[in-house]
Amino acid sequence: MSMILFFAAAASDAEPMMEVTGQAASVAIEILILTLLVATAVSMIRMRQLFGVAMLSGIYSLLSAAFFVALDAVDVAFTEAAVGAGVSTVLVLSGIALTAKREMPVDRRRQLLPLLIVFVTGGALVYSTIDMPAFGDPQAPANAYVGAEYIAQTPQDVEVPNIVTAVLASYRGFDTLGETVVVFTAGLACLLLLGTTLRGGGKGGRD
Amino acid sequence: MIEFILARYNYWIVIALMMTGLYIVFSRGNLVKTLIGLNLFQTSVFIFYITMGKVFGGTAPILLGGHAEEGHGEEHGGDHAESTHGTAYGEHEDSYASDPLHEGGAVNTIEETHAELSPGESLHTAPEGAVNELARAETPAGDVAKAALDHGTEILYSNPLPHVLILTAIVVGVATTAVGLSLAVRIREAYGTVEEDRLEAIDNQDDRAEVLV
Repeated sequence: MSMILFFAAAASDAEPMMEVTGQAASVAIEILILTLLVATAVSMIRMRQLFGVAMLSGIYSLLSAAFFVALDAVDVAFTEAAVGAGVSTVLVLSGIALTAKREMPVDRRRQLLPLLIVFVTGGALVYSTIDMPAFGDPQAPANAYVGAEYIAQTPQDVEVPNIVTAVLASYRGFDTLGETVVVFTAGLACLLLLGTTLRGGGKGGRD
Repeated sequence: MIEFILARYNYWIVIALMMTGLYIVFSRGNLVKTLIGLNLFQTSVFIFYITMGKVFGGTAPILLGGHAEEGHGEEHGGDHAESTHGTAYGEHEDSYASDPLHEGGAVNTIEETHAELSPGESLHTAPEGAVNELARAETPAGDVAKAALDHGTEILYSNPLPHVLILTAIVVGVATTAVGLSLAVRIREAYGTVEEDRLEAIDNQDDRAEVLV
């Protein structure tokens, strides 16, 4: 749909090449990041050195943060970069330091059934995407109702320019309260699990 | 065909990532690696949500140009105002249609025009219905422009709701990862290993020992 739009623009507009190139560039960047994500994920499967796996998972988080910027989700991007790539990697590294450095080899028989399950599930999911609204469609059901309402009402209701902040702290404040409860509970669970053995407190800690 | 693929490429990549994570969870015996696989799966779900919230030609959901202050209790909706909007949109139809990616710029121009015509009023307080009618009547142009008008906002923002949900999910995800890792650490302390096969073997041995006793 949008491609047609761009070619139509190319036919009518005075300086069309630049826009088409710009669009192509942004699509190219997105496809590049997505391809790198897949490459990182796949190389994680085979690597048995857990330190390397932790590093790759940090790279994966950072790449997805870059992808979030490309998709206009700047708040999510910096949270993912700080929490996903930063805190999470530190947690995994300390987990590795306290357990094992290497993963034991897995025998072949154990890998076949998961592979089958994964391919069947993946096939079913790909089949279901045929009905999904196209990427970036403004009329998609996900973009039509509440989200549009938040965008329209935020200037009157909350007076915060960042709509994500407004929704997070005001419209869905109870969600955020629930989140805080979950994080608190998780921190408590970590302390209970590790507190008896680790003197001087939680290496596995909270965020 | 290419169009169809491009419109769904993101979904397929997300599915590939998701299945990679699921495969790691299923096939690996090491508990820490399983948790990393779970993280992989989780992040792919984040990417899926953000993909759904993307709007072509939209910008990050942060209000532009001091709208937060302007939006208060202004009322206008007379014929004059409507026709002003009409011409403003009409004039910039072409830039809307041809330039969805840089729409922010085009819209700013509209706002400037509008400010000259009727200072002190902001576009987005315009009566929605009127604007919609104008859009249908006068713009056979791009879907992007029409959608912007249908939503009653003149600047197209990406959907903020998935962003909020995923912000919450990221933090909660790290919290659960921390709990999982500390469980792994406890298991290591109790059994001396975090490999599922060995854990199972040790458990079976214990059972047998109990039977013998």
